[in-house]
Amino acid sequence: MYEGVVQNLIDELGLLPGVGPKSAQRIAFHLLAADPADVKRLAHALLEVKEKVRFCRTCGNVASEEECRICRDARRDTHVICVVEESKDVVAIEKTREFRGTYHVLGGAISPIDGVGPDDLRIRELMTRLADGRVTELILATDPNLEGEATATYLARLVKPMGVKVTRLASGLPVGGDLEYADEVTLGRAFEGRRLLDV
Amino acid sequence: MSLYRDEGVVLRTQKLGEADRIVTILAKRTGKIRAVAKGVRRTTSRFGARLEPFTHVDLQLHTGRTLDVVTQAETLRPYGEALAADYPRYTAGTAMLETADRLTHGEKEPALRQFLLLVGGLRTLADRDHEARLVLDAYFLRSLAVAGYAPVLDACAKCRAPAIRAFAIVAGGVVCGACKPSGSVVPAGETIGLMAALLRGDWALADASESRHRGECSGLVAAYLQWHLEHGIRSLRHVEREPA
Ligand SMILES: [Zn+2]
Ligand SMILES: [Zn+2]
Repeated sequence: MYEGVVQNLIDELGLLPGVGPKSAQRIAFHLLAADPADVKRLAHALLEVKEKVRFCRTCGNVASEEECRICRDARRDTHVICVVEESKDVVAIEKTREFRGTYHVLGGAISPIDGVGPDDLRIRELMTRLADGRVTELILATDPNLEGEATATYLARLVKPMGVKVTRLASGLPVGGDLEYADEVTLGRAFEGRRLLDV
Repeated sequence: MSLYRDEGVVLRTQKLGEADRIVTILAKRTGKIRAVAKGVRRTTSRFGARLEPFTHVDLQLHTGRTLDVVTQAETLRPYGEALAADYPRYTAGTAMLETADRLTHGEKEPALRQFLLLVGGLRTLADRDHEARLVLDAYFLRSLAVAGYAPVLDACAKCRAPAIRAFAIVAGGVVCGACKPSGSVVPAGETIGLMAALLRGDWALADASESRHRGECSGLVAAYLQWHLEHGIRSLRHVEREPA
């Protein structure tokens, strides 16, 4: 245990994902030794991101305005929506240059054991987007792991009565992993070979 | 560093650092194990889906200072695939895993009967021969029984009188008119019959039961389970019943 303010910083850092108590201590002492200007820049970046970045009112992706860059782009095909768990999955798919439609970011996957049910995700917003009948295909690109599969099953069943074509990325994606780790070639191929999901 | 081998069911996984996961496993000989699976979130991982919840795996681990590390994993039965494709079964299975985690207390304390019950429960769920919620309720009752909390269903839990009036969670089962605490539930006789059938594994009777008795049975079993487990089962709220 350290003096109040130092321990306070270690505790705060320790709350970040992937940062254990040892790493938190290491980062704290790095900051203590760093140039004040560098630390100020970091603090500014942290505050700025909370002030300026928000979530797209249409798709839930990170945005700097009311709508994200993709939803504002008139060249994107709004008849096709690709559903992903997180904004970082949008980045991974954009890199493949395979997809010209729009996205819908759920904000996670259904995980009852962690207390996350359908109502905790942006599913109601998705249903609203589908309500006017203009969307012709819904691509379910949740992670190729158990929770991602279960979330895709849930969505496919929910959307079925609306008559929208529902597809899932090709099973060529290795199961068990996170979508963000798939390389561009594999992910691109998974898009091309997407299969019709029937529940 | 010492190596050991065991088979087990993956109960849950939590992200750790960049690409690792901590997996909680209920193992046949060892009991509950928490171990690190390195690089498992990368799509190139050699573990693939073998360390996903519901998978029955043959494992090799090495003992670590705080957490053990999984060095090899071979799938024995991948229940997750079948369950993730059927939402009511997936939610029922998740509640099973959480219950198994909660009813096995210490790490590395052998819990063979809980392990066998869980494997049997997952197999029955994946085989789709019986309604998912019935399988889940049977699992709840039997795992509570293994933990020493079997509800008394054949005679009054307090005085052993054969005439049953109500179900009282605090009394530990059914009670007679004289022992009945105020506010206890008075379920249909068929509901108590269904609970007893699920507890002893009488599927012929359970499968033939009416949906109103199934609903009432699920309510009683859930309340009984929540009463015995301090913080309740989180996933139970999300369990869906298949349309009749
Ligand atoms: Zn957007
Ligand atoms: Zn009595």
